[in-house]
Amino acid sequence: MKLLIFFSLIPLFTAFLIVLLGRLRNQAVLLVTAMSVYLMKIVNASGVVIYKISGWSIPLGVCLVADGLTVFMLCIVNLVALLVIIYSCQYMRGFTDKWKFYSLFMLMLAGMNGIIISGDLFNLYIFLEVASIAAYALVAFGIEPEDLEASFKYAIMGAIASVFILLGIALLYSYTSTLNMADIALIVSGNPGSVLVSFVSVLFLAGFGLKAALVPFHAWLPDAHSSAPSPVSAMLSGVFVKTLGLYALSRVFFNLFSISSGKVFFALMFFGVLSMVVGALLAMAQTDIKRMLAYSTISQVGYIAFAFGVGTPLAIAGGLFHILNHAASKSLLFLNAGAIEHATGTRDINKLGGLNQKIPLVGFTSLFGSMSISGVPPFGGFWSKLMIITAAVQAGHIVFSIVAILVSVLTLVYYLKFQSFVFFGKLRSGMKEDLKSLHFGMKFSMVVLAVICLLTGMVFLPQLKLALDSAVNALLVGNGYGAAVIIQ
Amino acid sequence: MKNKEAPGMSLIVKSVTRLTAGLILIYGIYIVFRGHIGPGGGFAGGVIIALSLVHLMLAFGKDVVLKRLDEARGIIISSLGALAFLILGIVGFLGFKAPFLKERFEHFSAGLIPIYDVVIGVLVSSGLFITFLALVLLTGKREKK
Repeated sequence: MKLLIFFSLIPLFTAFLIVLLGRLRNQAVLLVTAMSVYLMKIVNASGVVIYKISGWSIPLGVCLVADGLTVFMLCIVNLVALLVIIYSCQYMRGFTDKWKFYSLFMLMLAGMNGIIISGDLFNLYIFLEVASIAAYALVAFGIEPEDLEASFKYAIMGAIASVFILLGIALLYSYTSTLNMADIALIVSGNPGSVLVSFVSVLFLAGFGLKAALVPFHAWLPDAHSSAPSPVSAMLSGVFVKTLGLYALSRVFFNLFSISSGKVFFALMFFGVLSMVVGALLAMAQTDIKRMLAYSTISQVGYIAFAFGVGTPLAIAGGLFHILNHAASKSLLFLNAGAIEHATGTRDINKLGGLNQKIPLVGFTSLFGSMSISGVPPFGGFWSKLMIITAAVQAGHIVFSIVAILVSVLTLVYYLKFQSFVFFGKLRSGMKEDLKSLHFGMKFSMVVLAVICLLTGMVFLPQLKLALDSAVNALLVGNGYGAAVIIQ
Repeated sequence: MKNKEAPGMSLIVKSVTRLTAGLILIYGIYIVFRGHIGPGGGFAGGVIIALSLVHLMLAFGKDVVLKRLDEARGIIISSLGALAFLILGIVGFLGFKAPFLKERFEHFSAGLIPIYDVVIGVLVSSGLFITFLALVLLTGKREKK
């Protein structure tokens, strides 16, 4: 299936072409998005799709694999990337060296798509580094002192995470003598209960957990997300954290090691709940909009990790659905924060107020995002949280479920605070005249994301349900992943 | 000592560099071109080529090298290298219905691998050189303040 290789080829190619031509716009992202929708159709019809690079047979060469989960993630990542690119065409006008931004952005996208489609563990690691290094540079794009500090912090923490992951891969290679994920799945399932596999899963939990900003490892995230340019924060928070952290984690745990209960999963659940609580409490105290959103990301990632930790089919479905909802609403909120900063020049909640009179579109769309993320019924976030909590109750984790419900209330509290301080109330005296107008591209992206927030919740669209089901099945087959890939 | 006022190191270092820099460059190119039949290859050769430039820069000061290869040109050359590699990968499967990176040309030995090596050599040498340049130029800026 030749289509698969293009997911990392097109962004890579564009990244280097932008360096040469400089002025090239990013129609390539549109192409990749269209392809991911097309791929969705093929995978739903025919199950697992494989592409063997350079024609080598499977345990020998590198292969690319697309199953339900891959397609689900590809659609989210590329859709958000497309909207963010449309937004940043106008948002980035104030910055110098725009071609560097676009080039790094495309490298980051190539890395993320590569992680998702890779069927080879070491290849996954390489793409993880490509995406991470591009992200370090993008965080420092503003080259203010605090941007550089955040980027440096992120680079150090990211390097530590990469070392954990690389050590895990090396140990796994010494144990199984292969790097192909399907082959590893088969060999590990042939020798269950090995101590080394448990050790490796702890290493992966630390490494991918650091990339996903679960709570003991979260310190880099608020700095990195608040000092990056807003489109980059939207990418980082909306899809980057989930692809590098949660997607890789779930792929390794469910498909490679085929464990769905036990101490590692309890640890995942515990860290998930810890992230929820700590993230929400810290978010309440913030006055900078983007810092508040960043802490909120930690809290919501906690929900997803908690769902994967519970591990029942309903919980996994809830977790994956929450990935979609959170990607839409958090990217939307970061784009809103960028629009507010663009219009008023500040991100401090205490200095803003009454913006609904000036930029009502931003107010409306951010209301959609806030309500979706804090779980108010008509929106998608409500359904995903409901699924997660119901599944947790069914699995008997009553205390954790109660905590999850309380954190959901806390989430509503700080988003209402954000709404009332920024968009309602009296217009501040400094804001009366000189607001910069928003361009069409920025408005378009925000409106589309708001519509997605609404669509995921209003109806259980048959296409959405189909995509979600095949994604859940891809995780639930466990080491059947190995067999499905090897056969082809 | 004639060269005392000129930037860079002492006359002895400059004379030796004048002799060795070219040799290092040629050795790097040699490593790039024989990578497919012996130890070496694009990455190792590219590093040696970049080191010959760095060597020149250390001995004669940065302006001598920057006149010939500055940061902007380095970026363009390295991205040309990366693009050429991708194009070589695509040519295999667009024209001849083979998988990505599959060789379809019968080069005199080892198929497409020598060409890949050359392209990687270009990419690595210019990439490493601009990395060095970035470090050198950034410290220069800080000293001025």
